[in-house]
Amino acid sequence: MEVIDLAWWKLGLAALLVLALAATGYVARLGITRNLLIAALRTVIQLALIGLVLEALFASAAFYWIALMALVMLLVAGREVVARQGRRLHGWWAFGIGTGAMFVSSFAVTVLALTVVIGPEPWYTPQYAIPLLGMMLGNTMTGISLALDRLNEGAWRQRAVIENRLMLGQTWQQAFEDIRREAMRSGMMPSINAMAAAGIVSLPGMMTGQILAGSPPAVAVKYQILVMLIITVGTGFGAVMAVSWGSRRLFDEREPLPGQVMIAASQRSCRAPGWSRCGPLYRQPQQPEWT
Amino acid sequence: MDSVCPGEPILTELLLENVSVGALSEVSLVVPAGQVVCLSGSSGSGKSRLLRAVADLEPHGGRISLGDTAQLDVPAHQWRRRVVMVPAESQWWFDEVGPHFPGMTAEQLPPALAFPPEVMVWSVSRLSSGERQRLALWRALAMQPEALLLDEPTANLDGNTTEVIEDWLLEEIRRREIATLWVAHDRAQIHRVADAHYRIQGTGLETVHGSD
Repeated sequence: MEVIDLAWWKLGLAALLVLALAATGYVARLGITRNLLIAALRTVIQLALIGLVLEALFASAAFYWIALMALVMLLVAGREVVARQGRRLHGWWAFGIGTGAMFVSSFAVTVLALTVVIGPEPWYTPQYAIPLLGMMLGNTMTGISLALDRLNEGAWRQRAVIENRLMLGQTWQQAFEDIRREAMRSGMMPSINAMAAAGIVSLPGMMTGQILAGSPPAVAVKYQILVMLIITVGTGFGAVMAVSWGSRRLFDEREPLPGQVMIAASQRSCRAPGWSRCGPLYRQPQQPEWT
Repeated sequence: MDSVCPGEPILTELLLENVSVGALSEVSLVVPAGQVVCLSGSSGSGKSRLLRAVADLEPHGGRISLGDTAQLDVPAHQWRRRVVMVPAESQWWFDEVGPHFPGMTAEQLPPALAFPPEVMVWSVSRLSSGERQRLALWRALAMQPEALLLDEPTANLDGNTTEVIEDWLLEEIRRREIATLWVAHDRAQIHRVADAHYRIQGTGLETVHGSD
Protein backbone atom coordinates (compact mmCIF):
# COMPACT_ATOMS: atom_id res chain seq x y z
CA MET A 1 0.00 0.00 0.00
CA GLU A 2 1.36 3.35 -1.03
CA VAL A 3 1.29 6.15 1.56
CA ILE A 4 -0.55 9.21 0.32
CA ASP A 5 1.74 12.20 0.69
CA LEU A 6 0.17 15.42 1.93
CA ALA A 7 0.64 18.58 -0.08
CA TRP A 8 1.70 21.59 1.98
CA TRP A 9 -1.28 23.63 0.84
CA LYS A 10 -3.59 21.01 2.29
CA LEU A 11 -2.03 21.55 5.67
CA GLY A 12 -2.93 25.19 5.15
CA LEU A 13 -6.59 24.15 5.38
CA ALA A 14 -6.02 22.76 8.85
CA ALA A 15 -4.13 25.90 9.76
CA LEU A 16 -7.10 27.99 8.63
CA LEU A 17 -9.27 26.09 11.09
CA VAL A 18 -6.84 26.97 13.88
CA LEU A 19 -7.07 30.59 12.81
CA ALA A 20 -10.83 30.36 12.97
CA LEU A 21 -10.59 28.99 16.49
CA ALA A 22 -8.18 31.76 17.46
CA ALA A 23 -10.56 34.37 16.04
CA THR A 24 -13.43 32.85 18.01
CA GLY A 25 -11.34 32.96 21.16
CA TYR A 26 -10.41 36.56 20.48
CA VAL A 27 -13.96 37.70 19.83
CA ALA A 28 -15.31 35.86 22.86
CA ARG A 29 -12.39 37.09 25.00
CA LEU A 30 -11.45 33.63 26.12
CA GLY A 31 -7.83 34.56 26.54
CA ILE A 32 -6.46 31.61 24.63
CA THR A 33 -5.71 33.29 21.31
CA ARG A 34 -2.12 34.21 21.94
CA ASN A 35 -1.06 30.91 23.44
CA LEU A 36 -2.93 28.98 20.78
CA LEU A 37 -1.30 30.81 17.89
CA ILE A 38 2.17 30.62 19.36
CA ALA A 39 1.79 26.93 20.09
CA ALA A 40 0.44 26.20 16.62
CA LEU A 41 3.26 28.12 15.03
CA ARG A 42 5.77 26.28 17.18
CA THR A 43 4.32 22.94 16.16
CA VAL A 44 4.61 23.74 12.49
CA ILE A 45 8.13 25.09 12.67
CA GLN A 46 9.46 22.49 15.09
CA LEU A 47 8.02 19.56 13.21
CA ALA A 48 9.13 20.90 9.83
CA LEU A 49 12.65 21.30 11.15
CA ILE A 50 12.67 17.91 12.80
CA GLY A 51 11.59 16.40 9.49
CA LEU A 52 14.72 17.80 7.87
CA VAL A 53 16.90 16.73 10.78
CA LEU A 54 15.52 13.22 10.74
CA GLU A 55 16.07 12.89 7.00
CA ALA A 56 19.70 13.83 7.50
CA LEU A 57 20.05 11.65 10.57
CA PHE A 58 18.57 8.59 8.90
CA ALA A 59 20.90 9.09 5.97
CA SER A 60 24.03 9.26 8.14
CA ALA A 61 23.05 6.91 11.00
CA ALA A 62 26.28 7.73 12.86
CA PHE A 63 26.16 7.10 16.58
CA TYR A 64 27.47 10.50 17.65
CA TRP A 65 24.84 12.37 15.65
CA ILE A 66 22.13 10.28 17.25
CA ALA A 67 23.62 10.86 20.68
CA LEU A 68 23.75 14.59 20.04
CA MET A 69 20.13 14.55 18.94
CA ALA A 70 19.16 12.67 22.09
CA LEU A 71 21.01 15.17 24.23
CA VAL A 72 19.27 18.12 22.63
CA MET A 73 15.88 16.44 23.12
CA LEU A 74 16.68 15.83 26.76
CA LEU A 75 17.76 19.40 27.45
CA VAL A 76 14.71 20.88 25.78
CA ALA A 77 12.46 18.53 27.74
CA GLY A 78 14.27 19.54 30.93
CA ARG A 79 13.61 23.18 30.19
CA GLU A 80 9.98 22.39 29.58
CA VAL A 81 9.68 20.62 32.94
CA VAL A 82 10.96 23.77 34.65
CA ALA A 83 8.59 25.99 32.71
CA ARG A 84 5.58 23.92 33.66
CA GLN A 85 6.11 24.22 37.40
CA GLY A 86 4.12 26.94 39.11
CA ARG A 87 6.49 27.04 42.03
CA ARG A 88 9.93 25.70 41.66
CA LEU A 89 13.11 25.23 43.53
CA HIS A 90 15.63 27.96 43.45
CA GLY A 91 18.47 28.03 40.96
CA TRP A 92 19.50 24.99 38.95
CA TRP A 93 17.77 22.51 41.17
CA ALA A 94 14.47 22.73 39.34
CA PHE A 95 16.19 21.93 36.06
CA GLY A 96 18.62 19.42 37.52
CA ILE A 97 16.08 17.28 39.34
CA GLY A 98 13.62 17.11 36.45
CA THR A 99 16.24 16.52 33.79
CA GLY A 100 18.15 14.02 35.89
CA ALA A 101 15.05 11.97 36.55
CA MET A 102 14.06 12.08 32.89
CA PHE A 103 17.53 11.10 31.76
CA VAL A 104 17.83 8.08 34.03
CA SER A 105 14.34 6.73 33.44
CA SER A 106 13.73 7.38 29.76
CA PHE A 107 17.22 6.57 28.50
CA ALA A 108 17.43 3.40 30.56
CA VAL A 109 14.04 2.18 29.40
CA THR A 110 14.63 3.16 25.77
CA VAL A 111 17.99 1.45 25.58
CA LEU A 112 16.52 -1.63 27.22
CA ALA A 113 13.64 -1.72 24.77
CA LEU A 114 15.99 -1.22 21.83
CA THR A 115 18.56 -3.83 22.79
CA VAL A 116 16.41 -6.53 24.35
CA VAL A 117 12.89 -6.19 22.97
CA ILE A 118 13.07 -4.76 19.47
CA GLY A 119 16.68 -5.52 18.64
CA PRO A 120 17.47 -3.58 15.46
CA GLU A 121 21.00 -3.82 14.04
CA PRO A 122 22.82 -1.72 15.29
CA TRP A 123 20.74 -1.10 18.38
CA TYR A 124 20.83 2.69 17.88
CA THR A 125 19.33 2.59 14.39
CA PRO A 126 17.75 6.05 14.25
CA GLN A 127 14.46 4.92 12.69
CA TYR A 128 13.77 3.06 15.96
CA ALA A 129 15.82 4.94 18.52
CA ILE A 130 14.72 8.49 17.88
CA PRO A 131 10.93 8.02 17.73
CA LEU A 132 11.04 5.72 20.73
CA LEU A 133 13.12 8.14 22.75
CA GLY A 134 10.89 10.99 21.66
CA MET A 135 7.80 9.23 22.94
CA MET A 136 9.54 8.31 26.17
CA LEU A 137 10.76 11.84 26.78
CA GLY A 138 7.47 13.44 25.86
CA ASN A 139 5.59 11.36 28.36
CA THR A 140 8.10 11.29 31.19
CA MET A 141 8.28 15.05 30.76
CA THR A 142 4.55 15.33 31.35
CA GLY A 143 4.60 12.96 34.29
CA ILE A 144 7.60 14.49 35.97
CA SER A 145 6.47 18.05 35.57
CA LEU A 146 3.05 17.20 36.99
CA ALA A 147 4.60 15.37 39.91
CA LEU A 148 7.09 18.10 40.71
CA ASP A 149 4.50 20.80 40.34
CA ARG A 150 2.17 19.05 42.73
CA LEU A 151 5.02 18.37 45.13
CA ASN A 152 6.16 21.97 45.30
CA GLU A 153 2.66 23.35 45.38
CA GLY A 154 1.71 20.95 48.18
CA ALA A 155 4.83 21.77 50.15
CA TRP A 156 4.07 25.45 49.79
CA ARG A 157 0.37 25.31 50.57
CA GLN A 158 0.72 22.94 53.47
CA ARG A 159 3.70 24.53 55.16
CA ALA A 160 1.74 25.03 58.36
CA VAL A 161 0.58 21.41 58.44
CA ILE A 162 4.06 20.09 57.71
CA GLU A 163 5.51 22.24 60.44
CA ASN A 164 2.89 21.23 62.93
CA ARG A 165 3.59 17.59 62.15
CA LEU A 166 7.30 18.24 62.64
CA MET A 167 6.53 19.95 65.95
CA LEU A 168 4.90 16.73 67.09
CA GLY A 169 8.12 14.85 66.50
CA GLN A 170 7.40 13.33 63.11
CA THR A 171 10.25 12.75 60.71
CA TRP A 172 10.21 14.69 57.48
CA GLN A 173 9.22 11.57 55.60
CA GLN A 174 6.14 11.16 57.78
CA ALA A 175 5.28 14.84 57.67
CA PHE A 176 5.61 14.88 53.91
CA GLU A 177 4.01 11.53 53.18
CA ASP A 178 0.62 12.74 51.94
CA ILE A 179 2.14 15.29 49.62
CA ARG A 180 4.54 12.79 48.12
CA ARG A 181 1.74 10.33 47.55
CA GLU A 182 -0.36 13.01 45.91
CA ALA A 183 2.54 14.05 43.70
CA MET A 184 3.17 10.47 42.57
CA ARG A 185 -0.50 10.02 41.84
CA SER A 186 -0.75 13.07 39.64
CA GLY A 187 2.46 12.19 37.83
CA MET A 188 1.23 8.69 37.01
CA MET A 189 -2.39 9.52 36.26
CA PRO A 190 -2.02 10.46 32.58
CA SER A 191 -0.20 7.20 31.79
CA ILE A 192 -2.62 5.08 33.76
CA ASN A 193 -5.64 6.78 32.23
CA ALA A 194 -4.21 6.43 28.75
CA MET A 195 -3.60 2.72 29.25
CA ALA A 196 -7.11 2.25 30.55
CA ALA A 197 -8.68 4.07 27.60
CA ALA A 198 -6.39 2.72 24.88
CA GLY A 199 -8.16 1.00 22.04
CA ILE A 200 -11.62 1.65 23.42
CA VAL A 201 -11.87 5.39 23.71
CA SER A 202 -8.77 6.37 21.83
CA LEU A 203 -6.69 4.83 19.10
CA PRO A 204 -3.17 5.75 20.11
CA GLY A 205 -1.27 7.96 17.70
CA MET A 206 1.67 5.72 17.04
CA MET A 207 -0.48 2.75 16.10
CA THR A 208 -2.67 4.94 13.92
CA GLY A 209 0.44 6.24 12.22
CA GLN A 210 1.79 2.80 11.54
CA ILE A 211 -1.51 1.66 10.12
CA LEU A 212 -1.68 4.74 7.92
CA ALA A 213 1.83 3.93 6.78
CA GLY A 214 0.73 0.47 5.71
CA SER A 215 1.69 -1.82 8.61
CA PRO A 216 -0.63 -4.69 9.36
CA PRO A 217 -2.74 -3.76 12.42
CA ALA A 218 -1.49 -6.82 14.31
CA VAL A 219 2.10 -5.55 14.14
CA ALA A 220 1.06 -1.98 14.89
CA VAL A 221 -0.85 -3.17 17.95
CA LYS A 222 2.16 -5.05 19.30
CA TYR A 223 4.34 -1.98 18.95
CA GLN A 224 1.73 0.14 20.59
CA ILE A 225 1.44 -2.20 23.56
CA LEU A 226 5.20 -2.20 23.93
CA VAL A 227 5.33 1.58 23.76
CA MET A 228 2.55 2.11 26.25
CA LEU A 229 4.05 -0.26 28.76
CA ILE A 230 7.53 1.16 28.58
CA ILE A 231 6.21 4.70 28.63
CA THR A 232 4.32 3.95 31.81
CA VAL A 233 7.37 2.33 33.35
CA GLY A 234 9.58 5.23 32.33
CA THR A 235 7.12 7.82 33.60
CA GLY A 236 6.61 5.95 36.85
CA PHE A 237 10.29 5.53 37.68
CA GLY A 238 10.98 9.07 36.52
CA ALA A 239 8.28 10.41 38.83
CA VAL A 240 9.55 8.29 41.73
CA MET A 241 13.02 9.73 41.28
CA ALA A 242 11.85 13.30 40.81
CA VAL A 243 9.56 13.14 43.84
CA SER A 244 12.17 11.67 46.13
CA TRP A 245 14.96 13.98 44.99
CA GLY A 246 12.62 16.95 45.06
CA SER A 247 11.31 16.30 48.55
CA ARG A 248 14.80 15.58 49.78
CA ARG A 249 15.86 18.94 48.42
CA LEU A 250 12.93 20.72 50.05
CA PHE A 251 14.02 19.58 53.43
CA ASP A 252 17.67 19.02 53.71
CA GLU A 253 21.02 20.00 52.44
CA ARG A 254 23.54 19.29 55.21
CA GLU A 255 24.28 15.62 55.16
CA PRO A 256 25.92 15.00 58.56
CA LEU A 257 22.79 16.05 60.43
CA PRO A 258 19.95 15.07 58.17
CA GLY A 259 17.11 15.66 60.60
CA GLN A 260 18.68 18.83 61.78
CA VAL A 261 18.72 21.06 58.77
CA MET A 262 15.67 19.74 57.12
CA ILE A 263 13.67 22.08 59.25
CA ALA A 264 15.90 25.00 58.72
CA ALA A 265 15.96 24.13 55.07
CA SER A 266 12.22 23.64 54.93
CA GLN A 267 11.99 27.17 56.12
CA ARG A 268 14.59 28.43 53.76
CA SER A 269 13.26 26.83 50.67
CA CYS A 270 9.64 27.51 51.46
CA ARG A 271 10.20 31.19 52.04
CA ALA A 272 10.06 33.61 49.19
CA PRO A 273 13.75 33.86 48.19
CA GLY A 274 14.05 30.13 47.73
CA TRP A 275 11.07 29.90 45.46
CA SER A 276 10.20 31.72 42.35
CA ARG A 277 6.82 32.21 40.90
CA CYS A 278 6.24 31.96 37.22
CA GLY A 279 3.18 32.70 35.14
CA PRO A 280 0.49 30.16 34.42
CA LEU A 281 0.54 26.84 36.15
CA TYR A 282 0.69 24.91 32.92
CA ARG A 283 1.72 26.29 29.65
CA GLN A 284 0.59 23.31 27.66
CA PRO A 285 -2.21 20.80 27.91
CA GLN A 286 -1.31 17.87 30.08
CA GLN A 287 -2.36 15.26 27.59
CA PRO A 288 -0.22 12.22 27.13
CA GLU A 289 1.56 12.38 23.84
CA TRP A 290 1.26 9.04 22.17
CA THR A 291 2.38 10.39 18.87
CA MET B 1 -4.00 8.92 84.19
CA ASP B 2 -0.85 7.37 85.61
CA SER B 3 -0.47 5.10 82.64
CA VAL B 4 0.13 8.14 80.47
CA CYS B 5 3.30 8.95 82.31
CA PRO B 6 4.99 5.78 83.53
CA GLY B 7 8.05 5.75 85.72
CA GLU B 8 9.79 8.51 87.55
CA PRO B 9 10.48 11.49 85.29
CA ILE B 10 14.07 12.69 85.16
CA LEU B 11 14.41 16.35 85.99
CA THR B 12 15.41 18.09 82.81
CA GLU B 13 15.69 21.81 82.43
CA LEU B 14 15.53 23.67 79.17
CA LEU B 15 18.51 25.94 78.68
CA LEU B 16 18.96 28.73 76.12
CA GLU B 17 22.45 30.20 75.82
CA ASN B 18 23.11 33.24 73.63
CA VAL B 19 20.36 32.27 71.22
CA SER B 20 19.88 34.64 68.32
CA VAL B 21 17.00 34.48 65.89
CA GLY B 22 15.52 37.24 63.78
CA ALA B 23 15.85 40.56 65.59
CA LEU B 24 16.63 38.84 68.89
CA SER B 25 20.22 38.28 69.87
CA GLU B 26 21.97 36.85 72.89
CA VAL B 27 18.88 35.43 74.52
CA SER B 28 19.78 33.34 77.54
CA LEU B 29 17.33 31.81 79.95
CA VAL B 30 16.67 28.72 82.01
CA VAL B 31 13.36 26.93 82.20
CA PRO B 32 13.52 24.54 85.17
CA ALA B 33 11.65 21.25 85.03
CA GLY B 34 8.06 21.54 86.17
CA GLN B 35 8.06 25.32 85.99
CA VAL B 36 6.46 27.83 83.69
CA VAL B 37 8.47 30.68 82.22
CA CYS B 38 6.29 33.25 80.51
CA LEU B 39 7.42 35.32 77.56
CA SER B 40 5.63 38.48 76.59
CA GLY B 41 6.28 41.28 74.15
CA SER B 42 4.53 43.34 71.54
CA SER B 43 3.38 41.52 68.43
CA GLY B 44 6.16 41.16 65.92
CA SER B 45 8.79 41.23 68.63
CA GLY B 46 9.82 37.67 67.83
CA LYS B 47 8.20 35.61 70.58
CA SER B 48 6.94 32.95 68.22
CA ARG B 49 10.19 32.86 66.30
CA LEU B 50 12.07 32.26 69.51
CA LEU B 51 9.79 29.31 70.29
CA ARG B 52 10.31 28.00 66.77
CA ALA B 53 14.06 28.24 67.22
CA VAL B 54 13.80 26.24 70.42
CA ALA B 55 11.74 23.66 68.53
CA ASP B 56 14.47 23.71 65.88
CA LEU B 57 12.17 24.90 63.13
CA GLU B 58 14.03 28.10 62.48
CA PRO B 59 17.71 28.70 61.74
CA HIS B 60 19.27 30.27 64.77
CA GLY B 61 22.53 30.90 66.57
CA GLY B 62 23.57 30.02 70.07
CA ARG B 63 23.10 26.85 72.05
CA ILE B 64 19.91 25.21 73.23
CA SER B 65 19.88 22.14 75.42
CA LEU B 66 17.52 19.96 77.38
CA GLY B 67 19.15 18.42 80.42
CA ASP B 68 22.50 17.28 79.10
CA THR B 69 21.34 16.86 75.51
CA ALA B 70 22.22 19.66 73.13
CA GLN B 71 19.79 20.35 70.32
CA LEU B 72 22.38 19.64 67.63
CA ASP B 73 23.41 16.32 69.14
CA VAL B 74 20.23 14.49 68.24
CA PRO B 75 18.26 14.19 65.00
CA ALA B 76 15.68 16.94 64.79
CA HIS B 77 12.62 14.70 65.10
CA GLN B 78 13.99 13.17 68.29
CA TRP B 79 14.60 16.62 69.71
CA ARG B 80 11.07 17.64 68.83
CA ARG B 81 9.64 14.52 70.39
CA ARG B 82 11.06 15.76 73.67
CA VAL B 83 10.56 19.49 73.14
CA VAL B 84 7.06 19.80 71.76
CA MET B 85 5.70 23.06 70.45
CA VAL B 86 2.02 23.98 70.28
CA PRO B 87 1.58 26.73 67.67
CA ALA B 88 -0.99 29.47 67.99
CA GLU B 89 -2.91 27.99 65.07
CA SER B 90 -2.96 24.23 65.36
CA GLN B 91 -3.16 22.21 62.17
CA TRP B 92 -5.20 19.07 61.53
CA TRP B 93 -4.52 16.90 58.52
CA PHE B 94 -6.78 13.87 58.87
CA ASP B 95 -10.54 14.13 58.37
CA GLU B 96 -11.40 12.93 61.84
CA VAL B 97 -10.03 13.95 65.20
CA GLY B 98 -9.00 10.47 66.37
CA PRO B 99 -6.15 9.62 63.97
CA HIS B 100 -4.21 12.64 65.17
CA PHE B 101 -3.75 11.04 68.55
CA PRO B 102 -1.20 8.28 68.99
CA GLY B 103 -2.11 4.91 70.46
CA MET B 104 -4.29 4.84 73.53
CA THR B 105 -4.25 8.58 74.19
CA ALA B 106 -7.50 8.98 72.30
CA GLU B 107 -9.37 7.14 75.06
CA GLN B 108 -7.73 9.00 77.92
CA LEU B 109 -9.03 12.44 77.15
CA PRO B 110 -8.79 14.43 80.39
CA PRO B 111 -12.14 15.59 81.84
CA ALA B 112 -10.85 19.16 82.16
CA LEU B 113 -11.05 19.52 78.39
CA ALA B 114 -14.83 18.97 78.64
CA PHE B 115 -15.21 16.83 75.54
CA PRO B 116 -17.61 13.91 75.22
CA PRO B 117 -15.88 10.59 74.48
CA GLU B 118 -17.18 10.59 70.91
CA VAL B 119 -15.09 13.65 70.03
CA MET B 120 -12.56 11.29 68.47
CA VAL B 121 -14.94 10.45 65.62
CA TRP B 122 -15.91 14.05 65.04
CA SER B 123 -14.81 15.54 61.81
CA VAL B 124 -12.11 18.15 62.22
CA SER B 125 -14.00 20.67 60.16
CA ARG B 126 -16.79 20.94 62.74
CA LEU B 127 -14.42 21.88 65.58
CA SER B 128 -14.42 25.47 66.73
CA SER B 129 -11.11 27.26 67.06
CA GLY B 130 -11.31 26.94 70.84
CA GLU B 131 -11.95 23.20 70.58
CA ARG B 132 -9.01 22.81 68.24
CA GLN B 133 -6.81 24.66 70.65
CA ARG B 134 -7.77 22.48 73.59
CA LEU B 135 -7.32 19.30 71.58
CA ALA B 136 -3.95 20.53 70.31
CA LEU B 137 -2.78 20.90 73.90
CA TRP B 138 -3.78 17.34 74.65
CA ARG B 139 -2.18 16.13 71.44
CA ALA B 140 1.09 17.72 72.52
CA LEU B 141 0.89 16.37 76.07
CA ALA B 142 0.15 12.93 74.68
CA MET B 143 3.66 12.97 73.20
CA GLN B 144 4.92 12.90 76.79
CA PRO B 145 7.26 15.82 76.23
CA GLU B 146 9.99 16.87 78.60
CA ALA B 147 9.61 20.48 77.55
CA LEU B 148 6.58 22.32 76.20
CA LEU B 149 6.58 25.43 74.05
CA LEU B 150 3.15 27.06 74.18
CA ASP B 151 2.33 29.91 71.83
CA GLU B 152 -0.65 31.73 73.36
CA PRO B 153 -2.37 28.48 74.26
CA THR B 154 -5.60 30.09 75.45
CA ALA B 155 -5.98 32.80 72.80
CA ASN B 156 -9.22 31.35 71.44
CA LEU B 157 -10.83 30.41 74.76
CA ASP B 158 -13.37 32.32 76.80
CA GLY B 159 -12.52 33.52 80.30
CA ASN B 160 -13.97 30.62 82.23
CA THR B 161 -12.54 27.93 79.99
CA THR B 162 -9.20 29.69 80.04
CA GLU B 163 -8.86 29.26 83.78
CA VAL B 164 -9.97 25.62 83.69
CA ILE B 165 -7.40 24.89 80.99
CA GLU B 166 -4.70 26.82 82.85
CA ASP B 167 -5.31 24.80 85.99
CA TRP B 168 -5.22 21.57 84.08
CA LEU B 169 -2.05 22.53 82.21
CA LEU B 170 -0.32 23.64 85.40
CA GLU B 171 -1.25 20.42 87.13
CA GLU B 172 0.12 18.34 84.25
CA ILE B 173 3.26 20.47 84.02
CA ARG B 174 3.99 20.09 87.72
CA ARG B 175 3.13 16.41 87.89
CA ARG B 176 5.14 15.42 84.83
CA GLU B 177 7.95 17.90 85.56
CA ILE B 178 7.69 19.53 82.15
CA ALA B 179 9.84 22.59 81.53
CA THR B 180 7.42 25.03 79.93
CA LEU B 181 8.03 28.16 77.91
CA TRP B 182 4.70 29.95 77.62
CA VAL B 183 4.08 32.92 75.34
CA ALA B 184 1.28 35.07 76.73
CA HIS B 185 0.18 38.65 76.60
CA ASP B 186 -2.56 38.74 79.22
CA ARG B 187 -1.02 40.14 82.43
CA ALA B 188 -3.57 38.40 84.63
CA GLN B 189 -2.78 35.05 83.04
CA ILE B 190 0.95 35.58 83.40
CA HIS B 191 0.35 36.39 87.04
CA ARG B 192 -1.61 33.17 87.48
CA VAL B 193 0.72 30.72 85.74
CA ALA B 194 4.28 32.10 85.63
CA ASP B 195 7.14 31.07 87.86
CA ALA B 196 9.22 33.64 86.01
CA HIS B 197 8.38 36.23 83.41
CA TYR B 198 10.51 37.80 80.71
CA ARG B 199 9.51 40.55 78.36
CA ILE B 200 11.09 40.98 74.95
CA GLN B 201 12.60 44.43 74.80
CA GLY B 202 14.40 45.41 71.63
CA THR B 203 16.89 42.66 70.86
CA GLY B 204 16.90 40.95 74.23
CA LEU B 205 14.90 39.87 77.25
CA GLU B 206 14.27 41.75 80.42
CA THR B 207 13.09 40.15 83.61
CA VAL B 208 9.73 41.31 84.87
CA HIS B 209 9.55 41.14 88.64
CA GLY B 210 6.59 40.77 90.87
CA SER B 211 4.57 38.58 88.54
CA ASP B 212 4.51 35.74 91.08
